[in-house]
Amino acid sequence: MDSRRKLVIVIAAMLAVLVATPYSGSYVIVLVTHALIFAILAMSLDILLGYTGLPSLGQAAYLGVGAYLTAILASRFQFGLDWTFWLVVVLGILIGAATAALFGLFAVHAGGVYFLMITLALGMCVWGLAYRWNSLTGGDNGIVLPPRPAFGIDLADDVTFFYLVFGFFAVSLVMMAILARSPFGRSLVGIRENEPRMRILGYNTWLHKYVAFIIAGGFGGLAGVLWAHAHGLVSPEDVVLATSVDALLMVVLGGPGTLVGGAIGAGIVVFLREYLSTLVPWWQYVLGGVYVLTILYLPGGLMSIPERIRGSRALSRRARETRNMQTSPP
Amino acid sequence: MDTNFWVIQAFNGVSYGALLFLLASGLSLIFGVMRIVNLAHGSFFLLGGYVALTVIWTTGSWLLALPVAALVVAAVGLLMERVFLRPLGFDPLRQVLLSVGFAYLFQQAALDIWGGDNLDIIPPAMLRESAVVDGFYFPMYRIFMIGMALVIGLILWLTMEKTRVGAMVRATVDDAEMARGVGIDTSRVSMFIFALGAFLAGLGGVVGGAFLGVYPGLDFAILPIAFAVVIIGGMGSLGGAAVGSLLVGLADNFGKALFPEISYFTLYAPMVLILALKPTGLFGRE
Amino acid sequence: MSSTILRRLNWGLIAGIVAAGLSVSPIAGAAQELRIGFIAPLTGPFSQVGKDMVNGFQMYLDEVGGDFAGAKVKFIVEDEEAKPPVAVRKAEKLIRQDKVQLFAGGLLASTGYALAPVSTRLKTVYVVSTPAADDLTQRDASKYPYIVRTGWTSSQPSHPFGEWACQQGYKRIVAIGADFAFGHEVVGGFQKAYEGCGGRIIQKIWPPLGTIDFGPYIPTIKKDADAIFTLMAGPMSLQFPKQLASAGIRLPVLGGGTSYDEFVLPSMGDEVIGHISALQYSAALDTPKNAAFVKKYREKYGKVPSYYSEGNYTAAQMIHEVMKKTKGKWPGTEQFVKLLSSVQLETPRGPVRIDEMKNPVHNVYIRIVRKKREHGYDKDELWNSVVRTYPDVGQFWKYPKEEFLKQPVYSRDYPPCKYCE
Repeated sequence: MDSRRKLVIVIAAMLAVLVATPYSGSYVIVLVTHALIFAILAMSLDILLGYTGLPSLGQAAYLGVGAYLTAILASRFQFGLDWTFWLVVVLGILIGAATAALFGLFAVHAGGVYFLMITLALGMCVWGLAYRWNSLTGGDNGIVLPPRPAFGIDLADDVTFFYLVFGFFAVSLVMMAILARSPFGRSLVGIRENEPRMRILGYNTWLHKYVAFIIAGGFGGLAGVLWAHAHGLVSPEDVVLATSVDALLMVVLGGPGTLVGGAIGAGIVVFLREYLSTLVPWWQYVLGGVYVLTILYLPGGLMSIPERIRGSRALSRRARETRNMQTSPP
Repeated sequence: MDTNFWVIQAFNGVSYGALLFLLASGLSLIFGVMRIVNLAHGSFFLLGGYVALTVIWTTGSWLLALPVAALVVAAVGLLMERVFLRPLGFDPLRQVLLSVGFAYLFQQAALDIWGGDNLDIIPPAMLRESAVVDGFYFPMYRIFMIGMALVIGLILWLTMEKTRVGAMVRATVDDAEMARGVGIDTSRVSMFIFALGAFLAGLGGVVGGAFLGVYPGLDFAILPIAFAVVIIGGMGSLGGAAVGSLLVGLADNFGKALFPEISYFTLYAPMVLILALKPTGLFGRE
Repeated sequence: MSSTILRRLNWGLIAGIVAAGLSVSPIAGAAQELRIGFIAPLTGPFSQVGKDMVNGFQMYLDEVGGDFAGAKVKFIVEDEEAKPPVAVRKAEKLIRQDKVQLFAGGLLASTGYALAPVSTRLKTVYVVSTPAADDLTQRDASKYPYIVRTGWTSSQPSHPFGEWACQQGYKRIVAIGADFAFGHEVVGGFQKAYEGCGGRIIQKIWPPLGTIDFGPYIPTIKKDADAIFTLMAGPMSLQFPKQLASAGIRLPVLGGGTSYDEFVLPSMGDEVIGHISALQYSAALDTPKNAAFVKKYREKYGKVPSYYSEGNYTAAQMIHEVMKKTKGKWPGTEQFVKLLSSVQLETPRGPVRIDEMKNPVHNVYIRIVRKKREHGYDKDELWNSVVRTYPDVGQFWKYPKEEFLKQPVYSRDYPPCKYCE
């Protein structure tokens, strides 16, 4: 699909979401807001997975540190509830990046399955601390946040908050897209394809991966700040393994290496978890089924469907032409 | 802390490690041979407990439940491997996600079949007593767990070291391509190992069911601990699984008794360290 | 170019249809429909308890044919998986999508602390039928104007129990409780009353919520204590007494009500016979109202009702009482809260009324586990037999309200362990 067409479709879809959501009923607004926040997390993971080829099972950790920071500042220090909200955003990104910088030292030199395991373990460490460090994190009670910030605009209004989150999502998408198309982004893809070759060409692959890891952590922290205000509650349940796994599924479902795929995946998974679960008791069959079917039959994710359709259309067209050539008179 | 404390805690840690060995040895083998991170392993464990309950309810025999439950879980594992994992080839990410999908499916199915109650496996009366030595109480069931782990460990070791099948497995763990080169059917080996891993986990579930209970959520609760064992002990190594389970069992026990606030940290931090310093674990091979 | 415009229109159309479809909601507040949202764990380690909660409420609804003085009740149940964030999301769905006028339930204390702010934020009544988190109706009560608790506070039964324990002659007690808010508050209340009467807590052990292997904790229990006070919840309640017995500990055991509640009692073995606990309910309570309740519940659902069942049955009954006063019309959020706070009823647990902080005042029963026949059943079973009744117990017990509120909420470190060795 040529990139101009893709761009138009993406913009159109985003406009549709932006315009239609505020009129769709109070619960839908909340769901879409959650999906957008998760989309930021999923896209951050896509940088690691889709572009650099590093499958992280611990992305929720960065969401967690960002969310807890926001919650602690808001509830204990009354900080971040007015214009200082923007400061908290910056701090959230920084703490996500800093945590990733620390974790990256342990993780980045590994690859493949070992990377999976290390990031899993690191994610569990964050969970363990959130769960047991009662004085800081409130333990399993979690932290309840005061009402959302107001600075000229009142974020307590769901529609206003939705616009804010959408703004962050759009900016994140643009920034990550620029990163992906930059020389740095291209070298990440090169590392994913063939790391030894990149090293021979003189690239410091460890440093590239490390930086990508930190960038992903920063975006994860941003998602965490928004998450805290979206839910009004931060709890160790938010940083369990299942959250990281969900993020991974979103990327794989939508299509790794496409950024937008992560957003689509986020929408689907959030819909399943928070909407379907209220309609039928057997929704976990659907969730499990989606996992299984995606892995088996859609390795490129949903974003690869148009290519496959065109691919098969091209195939059948060629078959037709061949037949015509054979049957037409000489 | 008197002698009583140290003796009992050590005994408890060892018995907990014994249970972990049953759970983790299968996971370690699966990883060693197939490089698959099986996130459905906790589900195998839990399924073992549930199937055992059904066997006990219908036949009244706890003794029968042990092999039957383990075999049923092995069959499930076999099915999963043949029909779903095999076609993927070597792709760790997709295999992880596939196993998670199955974990969710199993969780829902278990809920539909056995309901949501906290269930309990009642072992025979003899095992519910405690052996009293010198004023120390040693619950018979914990002794049984240690015994079970020793027996299974011995059988596994003999199989791996002394039989042809074992040699094939070891070859595949060492270098799958070379193994294929000398004519070993590595896909058969994979199938066997996956089924064996599920068997061991299912057996662990029956044994653990009397000790931990059988209830929804146990599958995901026990999974990170199994991973801690495999990572610390070394993936693909039976000896590693044994040492790892012992270490984790003792560390977890003493950690909780002596440093309760950071007990989860004492479990996962060593895991991170090992992964950073020697990713293949204490006894793992590259 | 036109194909792109067409495509854009298509997207807009699709989005619009989807949005319209999702926003279809029931007609807001038709005067005769009462939409009640109910949040309980239906999956996960507490699903059995969740079922009891739902069944209790549902049984009352069935008794009155779903009709509350003319209002037709629409009962919508959502699964919170015993996870506070999930409970919050489900509450949002119930309020925004299903437009419920009130919601009830939630299980854990942490869930209660998470749901109460939702009721304030979205201005919806929350009937706290189960979560026992003390501060919801104590130090934080002013933050939550739209909640009314019909269940209990964690420390409510512990206060008289502490006094009772000291009067029995236990001088030195080891406390071992699940390490979360509920555990802290139950143990804390016991400690305050027990030590206030001359007893000493000599050790406090806190296994994390969800602990199933008590191996690390049991050996640390001081052997020279007079008794053990335990607070377990969920799967812990089943495992702890077994492991305690296997370890050869023969001390008398006192416990919080959830350690021996009927949700788990039928699965327990003889090791719990003689264990004593305190709660505002026991299925063995020998009143005509309760006997009828137990028999009907058991026939309908195949098991003896637990306090979770009773708590939600009573909540439904109390909501009905309010609707009787308003002749079936929803009186609006504030008025409903006022009316519910003034309800007084005879319930299966005994007489219940609501205090000025919107918490119930009711009997507390000291119960001992016995194996016998109860309520005319012809089998020997385990029951929590009532040995002492403390009538009219409020959340502050005998302590003056202002003084009580000045002290911090019960936690791991409060009351401090003065006599810990």
